[in-house]
This record gives sequence, structure tokens and C-alpha cells, in this order.
Amino acid sequence: MAEITLDKVTKRFPDGTEAVKQLDLDIADGEFLILVGPSGCGKSTALRMIAGLEDISDGELRIGENVVNGKAPKDRDIAMVFQNYALYPHMTVRENMAFPLKMAKVEQSKIDEMVENAAQILDLTEHLDRKPSNLSGGQRQRVAMGRAIVREPKAFLMDEPLSNLDAKLRVQMRAEVSRIQNRLETTTVYVTHDQTEAMTLGDRVAVMRKGELQQVGSPQELYDHPVNLFVAGFIGSPSMNFMPVEVSGRTAKLPFCEVEISEATVSSLESHSAQNLMAGVRPEHFEDAKLIGDQEGPRFEVEVSILESMGSELYVYFDTDAEVRAEQLDELAADTGGESASESGQIVARLDATSEAKRGERIELWMDPTKLHFFDLESGERVAAADEG
Amino acid sequence: MTEQRTAQERIIWLLGIVVVIFYALFPVLWIISLSLKTPATVTVTPNEGFWGTLVPSEATFKNYEALFTDGLDGPFLKPLINSIGIALIATVIAIVLASFAAYAIARLDFPGKTAVLGGALAIAMFPAISTVGPLFDMWRALGLYDTWAGLIIPYLSFSLPLAIYTLVAFFREIPWELEQAAQVDGATPFQAFRKVIVPLATPGMFTAAILVFIFAWNDFLFAISLTSSDASRTVPAALAFFTGDSQFTQPFANIAAAAVIVTIPIIIFVLIFQRRIVAGLTSGAVKG
Ligand SMILES: Nc1ncnc2c1ncn2[C@@H]1O[C@H](COP(=O)(O)OP(=O)(O)O)[C@@H](O)[C@H]1O
Ligand SMILES: [Mg+2]
Repeated sequence: MAEITLDKVTKRFPDGTEAVKQLDLDIADGEFLILVGPSGCGKSTALRMIAGLEDISDGELRIGENVVNGKAPKDRDIAMVFQNYALYPHMTVRENMAFPLKMAKVEQSKIDEMVENAAQILDLTEHLDRKPSNLSGGQRQRVAMGRAIVREPKAFLMDEPLSNLDAKLRVQMRAEVSRIQNRLETTTVYVTHDQTEAMTLGDRVAVMRKGELQQVGSPQELYDHPVNLFVAGFIGSPSMNFMPVEVSGRTAKLPFCEVEISEATVSSLESHSAQNLMAGVRPEHFEDAKLIGDQEGPRFEVEVSILESMGSELYVYFDTDAEVRAEQLDELAADTGGESASESGQIVARLDATSEAKRGERIELWMDPTKLHFFDLESGERVAAADEG
Repeated sequence: MTEQRTAQERIIWLLGIVVVIFYALFPVLWIISLSLKTPATVTVTPNEGFWGTLVPSEATFKNYEALFTDGLDGPFLKPLINSIGIALIATVIAIVLASFAAYAIARLDFPGKTAVLGGALAIAMFPAISTVGPLFDMWRALGLYDTWAGLIIPYLSFSLPLAIYTLVAFFREIPWELEQAAQVDGATPFQAFRKVIVPLATPGMFTAAILVFIFAWNDFLFAISLTSSDASRTVPAALAFFTGDSQFTQPFANIAAAAVIVTIPIIIFVLIFQRRIVAGLTSGAVKG
């Protein structure tokens, strides 16, 4: 076990692509860190540099006390779980799991014991003598985990280990990964492009964009205080709603209502002197006005254009004619393969299931005035939030 | 309706298979028949008709015995040993070298990679006959004339390109991640190659091995040009030196017997390795 430190680590490929730019990360001993971002942002490259599978072009990587830039993967004492599992097809499950121990020249009797133990933890005991080709996707995934946990490496590195599983199995394995990491308390770096996985698994989450680190923090921190449009739009599902805003005095004018903001918010907005502002509100910070009693906050009427009932909650979509574009949001939209909602002026609100919203009808909504975020439209930086100042 | 058609199809298939098998095996049958005839009946024909000619009237193993009667001094045993030794050694060396070369070509980016591949292909295309003259002179000067090495070397240069091409195709099929997984698991690059890549490429190695072995086993051109005695003469060349019982009888039956015997190792080789190849391919799961 050890801490991992990345000090301005950069990866430049021979073709000139800078896949990772000046990455600074301090991963504490025993910490579960998630590296998240849309595909192509350099997560895998960063992880592979930690593993030693990719040379580091610039900067310094330390595992424990030692600088390991020049060390071969086998001398770094780390274990890795690959996206496609990378199980050795010609070996049985037992041989697959024993492989790292054999390489470390552990005694055979000890190997047997350690493999049995790991198999027990992962519920693989009865499959030990089968070949990977005879296993289901979930079982293969567990063998890949088994091969990592069978020895006690300084760190686990996982590259989208659950992305090949179907949705249900993924949720199940997510819990399993979390349980195992808690139990072994081994430093873990886990790469994913799935923000749900990032939010549910990690002690801390690092968000990357185009090879650059955007923000590192606990899931709650990222959710409450995203540093820019990119993080705000990436974290949370459904994503935050973005819309143009005009501030005059202590009033923020949104396309569908006006919100009173605090003195502190106003002054921090002024100190940033942003030209154009953009506002962001998460869907869960709206509510059906009927269910909210007399809590403070703006109330406004909209027409429900789409209604999605999830049983436990309702998603209400309504249109505004105010559309905004921002580079960072376009990137996020490109990753999910659609146009961003803010581009079409559509807003989504998450309401309690007891709401009586109906499609095509008008409904009065309430918005939590303390949960409004302000971003600079040009730089994407968050310049103020209603709840901090 | 559909059932009828499948029955019909089956009959057509069956007929086709029978024709192909007969076409392919008839010369083999003929030579087996020839090898079992007595010298007197070999050339005697044919008022007994077709089947009378094919089925020897008095079968004898004398032709086979005659091949081995004088042991190592006989006309056949030493060349057979030469053939087996030379073909096996050429095969082993070719596979080892081709594995390394193919691995480098499949996995690494190095300057001149396409040149190496193109050069290998050009060598394979090169007419062997044009190298025989220079090789003869060179081997005489170097003392390689009429030695095993003198044959193994040209066999390697003509069969390596094919072996490399075959193996490159197999190596490319193996996900690179497997090797990286092995390295992270604590293997040196060579251990990763030996314990992970090589076992997965075995079907490819056996395919390449069969190709090299058959090339070396069947070669006549180099064998006849670069040897002068039983020290290294292989079976195809030795057959040309068979003599009959007298000056006026051709040793057809003996040649036929020798031909049958040299076919056997090839059949065994292919049968063994074919099973390995099929086993390798069906154990599958190289991917996913
Ligand atoms: N060997 C390579 N040569 C050149 N560019 C590469 C190479 N590998 C990856 N890249 C580029 O680096 C960027 C980051 O890739 P990667 O780390 O795999 O992203 P992620 O894992 O976040 O999806 C991508 O734009 C990709 O095209
Ligand atoms: Mg990736």
C-alpha cells in the first residue's frame, strides 16, 4: 500500500497529441480515487502511465517514496484490471489468478492458499478449473478482479472495469468493487466515463477534460460546487439546466422567472466582471409549487411539454425560447451524441411523484433560490453561487 | 419440399466429394500398387484389363525390403535419415526465428519495417534455380557443399518469409492487452512473450511448421545440386540414383516403395499438427 503522486505529468504521443497535460494528483494511501471524463479525455492514458505501460513525457510520478518514471510495470508492484479483462485464454481461472504469484516466485503451497482465498472473496471457488471462454461476462470480470487482488499490490488500477457488463450486473459489481476496496484498503485509481459510477464509488473524484484536470473533490463537493460549466454539466443525472441570465441590482432574470439574490452573490459577480453570464439549476432543485408549502423562492407557471414518470419521481420538461451555447457544453453534448438541452432551450425539473403534472397542461413550479449557479459564458468558470457568495 | 432439396443437395455433395477424393487419391493408389509388384510384373501389361493392372497379381513386400537390406550402406536408409534430420532442424530453426521476427513486426514500430516485410516477400518470390549456381560455388568454397547445413540454410531462406507472414497474421490477432496484463502481473517482456503470446500463437506456429517441413521434405532442386554423396543426400535426390537389378530393368517398383515411405512422415506430421491447429482455434476466446 502506498500513496501515488502525479507531479505535472504530461503525455505527448509521437504524432504530437497531448493526451494528458500537466496532471497534478495526490492520491492518499488507501484512497479510492475515480478518474472520470468523456471518452478521449486522456483517462486511460493517465492510468497507463501510472501502470508503466505508457512512457511519461514530462513530469514526475511517485508511488510511495520512489520516483517510478523509469521503472518497468513489473517493478512498480501494482495490479491492473483491464476494460476487456485481458484474461489469459489458455489458462484456467486458477492459473490466471496464480500467474502474478508465480511471477513473484511465491511458493506453490502459498499460491494455492492465496488463490483459494481470493476465489472465496469473489465467489469463484467452483469455477477455478474452468477456462475463461466458458465463463459468463460477470464471472470473467470477477476473475480479472481476482487476478488483481490475489497478491497485495501497492495499488489497484482499473480501466472501465464494468463497462462491458449489462446494466443490472454493473450495479451489482459496483457494490462488489466498493466492498472489496473497503475490505482491502488498497489505494485504488478507477477510470470511468460514467458519472453515476464516479459519484457512487469514490472517496474522491477527479474530472478530466481534453487531457486537463478540471476539479478534484468528494462527490458532494463536485455536485455542490462545480468549478465550471463542464463539471457542472457532467456531474449529476439528468444534468444541470443551463440558461441565459441577466443580473440587475439584486435580481437575476431567468427566462422563466426572476430570482432574488444575496448581497454577497452580487459582489462576487461584480468582482469577476464577466461579460456574459449563464445560470445553472439542477432538475432536483425545482418542485411542484403545490407540494412546497410557503417556502421562500420564485414560483412560475410553465406548460409541460414532456412528462416522464419514474415511479418514485416525475421528470417534467418545459420549453423556454432562450437558448445558449457554450463550448464546454457542446463538448459534453458531443460525447453523449445529442445536442445539449440548453441549446434547444429545454429545461427539465424533477418533481415528487405525488405531483399532478400532466402533459400539455400548465403547472406552477417552484425553484430553490439558494441553488442557483452563475457561470462566465466565455471561460465557462463558475463565478458565483446563490448559496455561498 | 425443403427436405427433398436437402436430400438432393446431399447427394450432389457426396458425389462431388467422391470425385475429388478419387481424383486426389488415385495416383497414390497406383503408386502403392506399383510398389507391391514383383519386378517382372511391373512393366507387363495389360490383357488383364484395368483392375488387373491396378491389383497386383502377386503382392510382395520385396521392394520395401530391398530398400533397407544393406542398412546404412543401402540406397535408401541414409537418405531417409538425412531427410528427416534436415527437414526437422530447418523447421525448428525457422519457427524460432520466424516467431521473433513476426512478433517484432506485429508489435513494434521500427524504421524499415515495411522494407523487411517486402524483402522477405521478394525472397520467397525469387526463382530458386537462379541461386543454385552461386550457392554451389559458395558452398564449395566454404566447405558447406554436401553437408546438412548446406541444405538447411537455403531451406531457411526460402521458407522463413512464408513462416513470418503466417505468424504475423496470428500475432496480430492476439490482443496486446494480454501482454500488458502479463507485464503488470510481474512478467518481464520475455516472460510475457513466452508464457502468454507463444501459447496463444501455437496454432499459427504449427501451421507455419507444416509449411516449412513440407517445403524442406519435398525439395529436389537444392538436394540434387548441393549434395554429392549419402552424407547429406535427401530422399528425393536419392531416388534419382536408384539402380535396377540389371542395366536393362528400371527400378520402378523400388522407387514406388520409396515414394510410399516418404509420404508417411508427411501424413503423420499433418495429422498430429492438424489436431493441434483445430484444438487451438476452437479453444478460442482469444478475444472477449
Ligand atoms: N498511441 C496513441 N497515439 C496517438 N494518440 C493516442 C494514442 N493513444 C491514445 N491517443 C489519443 O489520446 C487521447 C486520450 O486517449 P485515452 O487516454 O484512451 O482516452 P480515454 O481513456 O479518456 O477515453 C485520445 O484523443 C486518443 O486519440
Ligand atoms: Mg479509455
